[in-house]
Amino acid sequence: MAGPGSNHAPGPGSWRGILVPLLLPTWAMIGIFLLLPVLLMAVYSFLTKEFRGGVEWEFSLAAYDQFFLNRGLFGDEPPTLEWTYITVFARSIAQAAGATALCLLIGFPTAWFIATRPASSRGIWLFLITVPYWVNLLIRTVSLRFLIRENGPLNDALMGVGLISEPLQIINTNMAVQLGLFYSYLPFMVLPIYAAVERYSFAYSEAAADLYANRWVTLREIVLPIVRPGIVAGCILVFIPSLGAFLAPNLLGGAKNFMIGSLIEEQFKKSLGNWPFGAAVSMILMTLVLIVLFVQARAATRQEVR
Amino acid sequence: MNRLMLTTAALALIGAAAHAEETLSVYHWFEYMPQELVDKFTAETGIKVTIDTYDSNEAMLASLKAGKLGQYDVAVPGDYMVQIMAGEGLLDTFTPEELPGYANIDPQWVDVPFDPGRKSSIPYQWGSTAFAVNRDVFKGDINSLGLIFDPPPELQGKINVLDSQGEVLALGSMYLGIPQCTNDKEQLKALMEMLLKAKASWASFGSDTAKDVLVSGDAAAGMIYNGFAAKARAEGAPVEYAYPKEGYVVWMDNVVLLKDAPNRANALKFMDFLLQPENAAAVTNYAAYTSGVMGVEPFLSDAVKSSPETNPPADAAKGSFIAVCDEETQKLYDAVWTNLKK
Repeated sequence: MAGPGSNHAPGPGSWRGILVPLLLPTWAMIGIFLLLPVLLMAVYSFLTKEFRGGVEWEFSLAAYDQFFLNRGLFGDEPPTLEWTYITVFARSIAQAAGATALCLLIGFPTAWFIATRPASSRGIWLFLITVPYWVNLLIRTVSLRFLIRENGPLNDALMGVGLISEPLQIINTNMAVQLGLFYSYLPFMVLPIYAAVERYSFAYSEAAADLYANRWVTLREIVLPIVRPGIVAGCILVFIPSLGAFLAPNLLGGAKNFMIGSLIEEQFKKSLGNWPFGAAVSMILMTLVLIVLFVQARAATRQEVR
Repeated sequence: MNRLMLTTAALALIGAAAHAEETLSVYHWFEYMPQELVDKFTAETGIKVTIDTYDSNEAMLASLKAGKLGQYDVAVPGDYMVQIMAGEGLLDTFTPEELPGYANIDPQWVDVPFDPGRKSSIPYQWGSTAFAVNRDVFKGDINSLGLIFDPPPELQGKINVLDSQGEVLALGSMYLGIPQCTNDKEQLKALMEMLLKAKASWASFGSDTAKDVLVSGDAAAGMIYNGFAAKARAEGAPVEYAYPKEGYVVWMDNVVLLKDAPNRANALKFMDFLLQPENAAAVTNYAAYTSGVMGVEPFLSDAVKSSPETNPPADAAKGSFIAVCDEETQKLYDAVWTNLKK
């Protein structure tokens, strides 16, 4: 039996001396699995391309030059701004933004619904949200393909009830890609918002109602500011993986145009075989993502200070 | 007792070491060799086979160049890739005397442009790449590349093309009647314009989905490998494989002996095994392409023997291999492809 005197938590001082060895596995994890690959990518993006894949260990800015400057098909024209890859980035960003908006539109009410159920049944609803995700993403994406195809069940059903007379062309369009991304990442939106709404105290809503705020004003002035961190987290968790996704664009969108993910893939696994350029595109993508995260973090700190 | 255990352990170790010599590492395409054939090789020779797979010639090359050379004994590159790998110094050579089955190679496949005299490779399977058309949707003459590059109204918006630079640009060049590797500005511009215009009537790019979109009816016409078209037909798609008059792509997959192969002798045994007509026929029956070995006919299934996808009509045009361009020229084609898909 431990006496009351021996039952004290170790203070910060008691870790001194063994803290460093205890943290070593974490540092090793971050170093080997995060920093090293990123560093390797950064180095490769500044190397000289070897014909048909591979690199020569010679410093070169050719990859970044190719990304930003257009010297014509034969490389003999004066350099102008290269729009090819900016277009690919813009397309991916637009798709990811569309998918994020769709997820928010459906995810917020869903999270709200779950969080306002009795505590005993919330677990079941959350469980139902995650069930489809036990199946591999590739299989889910291919299945979606079967559902939305021209002669698929979705069109059959819509035509059966007389809503449409001609089958909808969904497959191989941008709409299909957004639908696929939405379906892939919806729980990443629902779960953080759910966590935020669950902590929301409905006494605030009652207080707002007592002060003659209608439902819309309550939502805008009370609820949204309080659950905002959950919404922001959800948006980031959906937006960033959507940006680099290539399963949905390839399988549902028909792969007619490069997305960032497929552009990079083509440099390594397919015929373009330009490793430094693939690494450079990855670096540029990572820089963009870091800027978004940085701006978000700044905004969050500022709000806390206020 | 202790001594007995030690002896047993030592014997086991020796046994394992003796066994360890009898292995073979194969780097192969996915779903391109029936497991029964691998088992048969192991039963005949006692050599244990490990197979890793890849899904494109370029992925295989990238992985070998990134440090996998020396881990595999044999790989199965396509024609142009054999030439590229030889140029990169990734291949070992053998003499015909080292392969008893060398004499079984079909004479037309001995002196091939990508490995003259077969110094590093033996034929595996060969086939063609053109396109297949759903005959319920389009009933006219299909033997022209115009069906893909300038499609009739019935097929517009219902075409799948392979997501593969080599095949799309080679077929496009054949349609325009220009060489596969050209530096000519006007010809390249014409190719670019033709492809961009054609792309407006294409529904999708996809290689591994090429068969499924024809079977499901998502596409009414699609660029496809002949064996894949045969499988689509077998799965009930009302498709016919075309032999376009402007030409089409012929390809051949080859088993190559890799440089620094850890089990060179076993690799040669494996290659010899694949040169035996019965074994070559087993691959053909599985993959629905055509073997490069003589004397396979008695072992072929009836379905494969009579398939229109592997028996071109007598008046069909001749196909050609994909050409290997030099670095400067290849850069231009890379730019055309990027521009097409940007």
